[in-house]
Amino acid sequence: MKAIRLHRDLTRIWGNEPGWRGVFSSVSHTDLGKRFVVAAAVFFGIGGVLAMLIRAQLATPESAFAGPEVYGQIFTMHGSIMMFLFAIPMLEGLAIYLLPKILGARDLAYPRLTALGWWCYLFGGTIMILALLGGVAPDAGWFLYPPLSGKEYTPGVNSDVWLLGITFVEISAMCAAIEIVVTILKFRAANMGLTRMPIMAWYLLATAGMMVFGFPPLILGSILLEVERAFGWPFFQPEFGGSPLLWQHLFWLFGHPEVYIIFLPAAGALSTIIPVMARTPLIGYGAIVTAVMALAFLSFGLWVHHMFTTGIPHMALGFFSAASVLVAIPTAVQIFAWIGTIWAGRPKFTLPMYYILGFFVVFVLGGLTGVMLAIVPFDQQAHDTAFVTAHLHYVLVGGFVFPMLAAAYYWMPHATGRTRVMRLGIAAFWLIFIGFNLTFLHMHLTGLLGMPRRVYTYPAEAGWTWLNLISSIGSFMQAFGFGLFAIDIALQRRIGNHARRDPWDAETLEWAMPIPPTQYNFASLPTVDSREPLTRDRKIGAGLAAGKGLLGRAIDKRRETLAVDMVTGAPEHVAILPGPSLLPLFTAMVIGGFFLSMLLSLYWLTPLFVVGTAIMVWRWAGTTGTTRDPGPIDVGAGVMLPTSFAVGGSVGYWGSVLASAANGTLFASLVFGYFFLWVVAPNWPPPGEYGAYLLEPLLITAAAALALLGARMGQYDFGQASVGSALAAIGLALAIGGLLWAALHHLPGPTEHAFAAVGWVLTSYAIFSAAVGLLTQCFVRRRIASGHANAAWPHEFRIAAVWSDYGAGVTIVVAWLLALSGDAL
Amino acid sequence: MLGGSAILSALVFALLLVALFRRGVADRKTPERKRVWIGWLGLGMPIAVLMVLLAFALSVGERNLPTGPAARTIDVRAYNYGWEFCDEDGRCSEGMLRIPAGQPVDLDITSSDVIHSLWIPRLAGKMDAIPGQVNRLRIEASVPGTYEAVCAEYCGIGHANHRFVVEAYDIGESVAAGGTAP
Ligand code: HEM
Ligand SMILES: [Cu+2]
Ligand SMILES: [Cu+2]
Repeated sequence: MKAIRLHRDLTRIWGNEPGWRGVFSSVSHTDLGKRFVVAAAVFFGIGGVLAMLIRAQLATPESAFAGPEVYGQIFTMHGSIMMFLFAIPMLEGLAIYLLPKILGARDLAYPRLTALGWWCYLFGGTIMILALLGGVAPDAGWFLYPPLSGKEYTPGVNSDVWLLGITFVEISAMCAAIEIVVTILKFRAANMGLTRMPIMAWYLLATAGMMVFGFPPLILGSILLEVERAFGWPFFQPEFGGSPLLWQHLFWLFGHPEVYIIFLPAAGALSTIIPVMARTPLIGYGAIVTAVMALAFLSFGLWVHHMFTTGIPHMALGFFSAASVLVAIPTAVQIFAWIGTIWAGRPKFTLPMYYILGFFVVFVLGGLTGVMLAIVPFDQQAHDTAFVTAHLHYVLVGGFVFPMLAAAYYWMPHATGRTRVMRLGIAAFWLIFIGFNLTFLHMHLTGLLGMPRRVYTYPAEAGWTWLNLISSIGSFMQAFGFGLFAIDIALQRRIGNHARRDPWDAETLEWAMPIPPTQYNFASLPTVDSREPLTRDRKIGAGLAAGKGLLGRAIDKRRETLAVDMVTGAPEHVAILPGPSLLPLFTAMVIGGFFLSMLLSLYWLTPLFVVGTAIMVWRWAGTTGTTRDPGPIDVGAGVMLPTSFAVGGSVGYWGSVLASAANGTLFASLVFGYFFLWVVAPNWPPPGEYGAYLLEPLLITAAAALALLGARMGQYDFGQASVGSALAAIGLALAIGGLLWAALHHLPGPTEHAFAAVGWVLTSYAIFSAAVGLLTQCFVRRRIASGHANAAWPHEFRIAAVWSDYGAGVTIVVAWLLALSGDAL
Repeated sequence: MLGGSAILSALVFALLLVALFRRGVADRKTPERKRVWIGWLGLGMPIAVLMVLLAFALSVGERNLPTGPAARTIDVRAYNYGWEFCDEDGRCSEGMLRIPAGQPVDLDITSSDVIHSLWIPRLAGKMDAIPGQVNRLRIEASVPGTYEAVCAEYCGIGHANHRFVVEAYDIGESVAAGGTAP
């Protein structure tokens, strides 16, 4: 009885608003996770249709099906959609849906940020698809190399669609990355120390960490290229001291980790599913965690293997080749741990298992061709041929699509509460598996016989006709397989039998809840004492539903979940989460307005949207917190914990720290770009006379120091807080003025030379960072006045200090960097 | 490399098959299992194989490095959509590269618009043609004949037909045939 009443009360608290409004204001991770997955699947379908068009075109030599202009758009959009609108959002969706459930929490760390990410993804993706329908899609290949993608050779909006659309979508990736890291570190079941985390959490932690550091270089590159296209700042034009290679470095600095960002969550799914199907614990948990972390680090040191033919010095080639070969080791550790687990257990031949076996075959072959490509002389032959097309599909389809298909069948009963209907799934598997190999296996040979990639036609004499025809037949077979899969899933969703709770006899907490899940996940939160809580106690779910765990009651409209110590998992405080809100939707619309104004070259409108975004963020921040802290809360079992308002290390604080880390990576990439151009690009030094200047940087440093000091004052003595933040704001304002003054007096116009262009970007970036810091300090002052921030609730000061310290730090670095450069030029 | 890959994948697939169909009680000897699967198969084997491969690759790479001076150096300029070749005397030609057979030739490759990549599959690996930068590639045709060459980096709508041919001539013959300079 108590269970039913608890269910009713919690549903009232955690449910969406009624009607259509609820659709737009939902912040539930279950809803949003499913939306991400479904949308990503739709984009996969669109990308798949494009793939069919490619194969239709290449089926015969001298085909008249599509001309080169159209073909360029098709393959570029196929690659871009698959990477940015399918793979990344799919893994985000999986993480968003699963994470709180496997960790034993009720939602993610920032529910409204999840929603913001969703809308940005939807809008950005829509822009891309509309461009495709309108025939103005990007057409310079998925890595968009300038100068081809620059204004001179692509005068239309095609490249702008990519740069702006993808960057818009990447906002969702950044939101998800920060959110995933913080959720894993803070929102876990009581006593779930790091070593008791489900293996999937480790994989997602590594993935999200890589996203935090991997995406900023791409975002920076996109900003630079878009600024070059829109305003003529010559970052990539050698005549003016730019270099097209800078783009390649920034792109692959992102692009290589990207491959592992895609692979790791899929591997996490495998590490979760294989032990369940083999009915034995995973062997080598510690070794796998180490391997995953090693992969995450190593993968940032390999990007140059995509540039082996750009005339890189021989020594560097050897180094990056060796590093690329070595990443095979952590991958091998995982492969053998999985096989060892199957060996040790008694495998069940369920449908997920079919796809797992498909994964093994396809991925191992892809990994081996990958090692071949890491060998420089081989790569210089195979690079940019059909061999690479074959390799990358073996890795991506083997390492992501097959595991995701396994995951789909594994977690479908969880999301829908229903079991599989027919044997359709088996047929779909064989069509996909055979079709895939029929498409790509001999494509290795096609490449070695000399067929380049990205060609819309080839002569009949080349001798590739049969090979291509077979590939095309295979790809259509595969397409039928995917169609059948979609039908199978739809049938399961609609007419499948109701599944019992935990149909797989699984090990992780997401199965300790009724399926399909409720909006609040757990009626009361679990306490764990092992890595496989369900194996230990199969009845754990019933006890939780009856309210026997922690926080098993409903108070007012408060959405509560438990935050723990990052390392030990000891309960630390009660996080109070925000409810449904239209703010994410509106904010995404304003951001969308910014991107559209850029895309349509309505530059006079752009500042309006920047201000609009700032206003939205201000309002957003204003809706957090409270003036009435409920005080320590009884979480059950006699434990009293403070709320998130009263602790310094709230999720808001850690999120700001991570955002600054990502921001710092962007800044570091910019500084790297500056020195790269200086050292490598032709036509340096820039024409004109330069000298060092000291007065400006000294004054700017003094102003920034004032900001650093002011931001600290309130943390030590609350009486000084209001004055402190005023000082910090003034310091930052002065620093902004100083930067502007220095740039106007010492930098030439940004269109004249890459030196000046980068100098102006550095200045603008520093001004932007300082302005953000300034706003946070103004915000905190308001919050002191309104009673949201006070001596007992320091967390808003600490958050504001993170942002304003960052702004002050960047200001100092940029001021000195530019001031001293003059001497060296 | 192909053979090695075939053996390795065969090994993995064989282990997987045995693991799947092995009828037996689940063994509970975790530490020992870990040593075999993670220690030997996961770490030991790949490290051994990859070290050999790397040593081999680096030595091949070293051997492929140009040694000694080239018989001649030719400036190559790629553009949308053609190839221009100029020799040391400033004589230029389009679409056909003539080189002496049996002699090393250096190509100094650049581009005057977008990025291209010069690829003569039967003579050498690729080298990108990048505006603002000159990349050198050593080629040598051991026997006289014509060799097809293509552009390997996507360079726009003419990419698929951005080709040229290399004609390697016999030095002796061309002198005998009247000595017209190539
Ligand atoms: C499912 C069946 C698929 C088929 C039949 C297919 C087919 C193709 C073909 C034929 C190309 C070469 C285009 C060219 O060189 O002209 C290509 C390129 C590419 N594909 Fe796929 N693909 C499939 C799935 C995927 C998936 C799942 C991904 C990623 C997750 C993906 C990512 C890419 C990328 C990144 C490129 C390179 C695009 C470029 O050169 O700019 N593909 N695909
Ligand atoms: Cu890579
Ligand atoms: Cu070309």
